[in-house]
Parts: sequence; C-alpha cells; structure tokens
Amino acid sequence: MVYDLLVIGGGPAGLAAACAAWESGLKHILLVERDRELGGILNQCIHNGFGLHHFHEELTGPEYAGRFIEQLSKTGVEVRTDTMVLALTPEREVHMMGAKTGYRVERAKSVILAMGCRERTRGAIGIPGTRPAGIFTAGAAQRYVNMEGFLPGRRVVILGSGDIGLIMARRMTLEGAKVLACVEVMPHPGGLNRNIVQCLNDYEIPLYLSHTVTDIRGRDRVEQVVVSKVDEHRNPIPGTEMVFDCDTLLLSVGLIPENELTRMAGIEMDRRTNGAVVYENLETSIPGVFTCGNVAHVHDLVDYVTAESEEAGRAAARYVLEGGAKGGPVLEVKTGENVSYTVPQHIRPQNVENRCNVFFRVREAGQESEILVESEGTPIARFARDHVAPGEMECIALPKVLLDKAAGSLTVSVRAKGGTAQ
Amino acid sequence: MKELICIVCPRGCHLHVDDENGYAVSGNSCPRGAAYGKTELINPTRTVTSTVRCENGLYPRCPVKTDRAVPKALLREAARALDGITVKAPIKLGQVILEDVCGSGASFIATRAMPAKAPA
Repeated sequence: MVYDLLVIGGGPAGLAAACAAWESGLKHILLVERDRELGGILNQCIHNGFGLHHFHEELTGPEYAGRFIEQLSKTGVEVRTDTMVLALTPEREVHMMGAKTGYRVERAKSVILAMGCRERTRGAIGIPGTRPAGIFTAGAAQRYVNMEGFLPGRRVVILGSGDIGLIMARRMTLEGAKVLACVEVMPHPGGLNRNIVQCLNDYEIPLYLSHTVTDIRGRDRVEQVVVSKVDEHRNPIPGTEMVFDCDTLLLSVGLIPENELTRMAGIEMDRRTNGAVVYENLETSIPGVFTCGNVAHVHDLVDYVTAESEEAGRAAARYVLEGGAKGGPVLEVKTGENVSYTVPQHIRPQNVENRCNVFFRVREAGQESEILVESEGTPIARFARDHVAPGEMECIALPKVLLDKAAGSLTVSVRAKGGTAQ
Repeated sequence: MKELICIVCPRGCHLHVDDENGYAVSGNSCPRGAAYGKTELINPTRTVTSTVRCENGLYPRCPVKTDRAVPKALLREAARALDGITVKAPIKLGQVILEDVCGSGASFIATRAMPAKAPA
C-alpha cells in the first residue's frame, strides 16, 4: 500500500500535523515514533506554561501532549511506536526498524519530517578540564528526574540560561539538590524573563551573566567547576575565576535540529536554521516532503510548533488531493539588517491563499523597533514592535496582494524606529 | 512603586505596581497581568509541579500539579509532601494524589494517564 502521508516523529509537531492532515481529508496516514509512546519531549516537561495560545489555558507538558494524543486516537491514523526511521529516499520511500514489525520499507505520496531537535553537548562547546561523570545536558537530567526517578546530583552548577536549564534549576531544587549558580556567557539571559523570575529568583539561585565555565575538575566524578567572567568578545578574563564545589554540571547550551534523514534524502538545507529550506507551505526542495516544528527551526513555544505543524498537515493534504504547487515566480526571502534567519526561505505567491506568515529571529535585542520588508529595494510592508530579542521568535503576516506585486526577492530587516535602512 | 516581571505568560511584561495606591498596575498587556501584579505583592502564589513515585507504571514516576496556586512560601514544603507517597498504576489523568497540600486547600492531581507496565 502507498500511504497518503507518512509522518516521521510523534512529538507535538508530528501529532498536530497528522491530526490536521486527517481533518483535511487524508485517510491513509502512518505516524512513526521511535520512543515507546507518543508525546515526545512534552512527556518530560512536567512544568506548566504550555498551551496559552492554542488552548487558552495553562497546561503542563504531559497535559498538552495528552490532548493531542486523545485527538489522534479518534482518527484513523495508524501509529507505530518503538519504530526508528533509518532512511528517507527522494522517491519518498521510508526505511524503518520496529520492535514488533521488524525492517520495513513504506511508500507514501507525501512525507512530513517532524523529528524535533536534540541538545548541544559538552563536545560541541569544548569546555576544558577532566572528563568525569556528573556532566549532563539539562534535558537528559530532566528525563532522569521526571520520568525515570533518579536525581543526577546533589550540588549543581548550570551552564547556559536557556529555558530548559532554568526549569531544571527549579526542578533540582524542589527535589532536594542545591543549585549553586546558573552561568550564562552572554550579557543577557537566554530563556524567557518569566523563567528567570519563577525558576531562579523564587529560589534565590544566582545568575552570572557574561560568565562561563573555564575548567572542570575531578577524576571519577565532578568535584569542582571553575567559572570566569568573560569580556565583550566572550574571552575569559584571567583573575576572575570562582571555584564551585559541586558534583554535577548541567548544560543548557542550545538545540540542534535532528536532520540526518533530511540530509540523507538530499533535501536542500539552510545553514542558518540548521533545518531544511522551505517554501511558503513548509514544503522542502523535494515536492511532497514537508517539515515542521523544531526540526525545521528551533521554536520558543510549543504553541507555535502546533500552529506551524497544522499548516504542514494541511499542505500535505492539499498536495495529495489537489496536486503539487502551481508554477510561477518564486520570491527568495533574504535576511537583512539584524535578522539571523527566516522561515520560509522561498515564497511562491501563486500558492499563497490570503497571507503568508514569515518567522524570524533578530541578532540583537532592541526597543521601539521597526520590521521592514523590501522587494528589490522598494519597501512593501512595515511592522512596529515595542521590543525585540534573539530569544523571542518574531512572526509577520504578509498579505497575498503585496506578495503578488513583489518581484525577485524580499528582504526582512529590523532597525530602531525612525532610523534609516542601511 | 514596585517593579515586577509578569510570569503569567511567555511575553514577560515589565509591570509597575503602585503599592501605596490600591496596587494599581501599569505596564501590563492584559487583565491577567493586572491581577498578577496585585497578588504578587499581597499574597504571591505559584502552581507547584512535581512527580510522585509510581509502582507498576510505564514509568517509575508520575507527574503531578497542584490544582490551584499555593502560597509561594509553601513551594518547597509542598514538593516535600509528596516524598512518602507511592501510587499504583494505572493512574487516570486528573486523579487526586494528595488532598489539602500543607493545609493550602489545594490537591496534587496527576497530569497524565499512567498505564500499567506491560507484562514481561
């Protein structure tokens, strides 16, 4: 049998994409998940704060996942858990190995890549020092504490102030560990302000901005971590060392989209997002293959993952039921001043129904800013923002009428209000 | 005048609360922010999320939360109140795990359904 749609990954992205594709009329859908159950990383994110946009109420991670798992169970979507996808071919053949089903090759008219992301590790950031036990990524520690029932350590230093690190500072504290410090190399926190307040300040955990870990000491287990202040070029300043006696170092130093399958299929990648290059409907360079969620670009909020993934699900249904994208001009979306990436990277105006959402991040934080969209030097849209920050994904909606008038390329830039474009 | 960062949603508004004039809040973007600014100065509260030991479940821990916010001063005590408790799977979503946590009137409830472990 050839499936209408094969979804790779059963986290929030895959769940929302499969549900939306089903509602849009696809009847033969297979969802493949390598873990033993659906829900992905939400199952270990037991804290609350999810769902304010999508459900208009505050849910914990397992509750948010549970709603979609429930919704999916009411559809005819076929689910295979304990199944690892090993390869994707450009002809949309998916090779997989399942605990119960063995090695299978399934074919599909459309594929949605929803594999999510993984954490950067010590190796990726090159911290000097010995190599003892007691160094974990924050997400690994989260899984140990919240699902497996192990406390990874008693005296903890956290490197990186991303949201997972902040959440784990609170979590380890509530489970009886002493969190000595949260250390951030940048002059501003990586995570949301609310998490600085409710995870660090509530528990009087110090945050050291413009600091980093410069040595790890200990033979079998972490015994000490050395933290130094850094200059404006992020180079450690000699003489500023602080020594923490601790048994554990947690790393919350960034996420990497998990795109091995995407690359294997020969799909065009974007070095800025570490995800696939996509069109306005989240379609990749291979027609009928779509991507959404954290494998496409790392999101701040699961609610945004859900919205994007529903869009991908609907787009896959359109592809199967109505045929591929219409031909015509393709606008390249370019990053201008103070913009680090955009999703999508290409827009086909003839395929846009009413408007096209463009997601992006700024490089530098700023107040009273203006987002400017130009087509070959001619301004076509402006949007005001009270503040912008690298940790907060921005979204602008470009109306079809403007896209139809544009030609060649679009450039998105962000600058102070009243300033001039460079 | 007190300055706070609102924690009601990810937006993180910078609030100014006039604690000498009826806790009037400015800088908020929604009514929930105004309510938070006032409560945070008079009687700060938080929802507590944690886990409880679970026997015979798909996982050895089951996630829980308080069904309403509890006073901030009780955060650690509330989490410790779960230490001696062991529940047995299967657990239903929303099942009450511990009533009247530390005299707050709030209950810890399960935040997922925890199926029983598949027989070996």
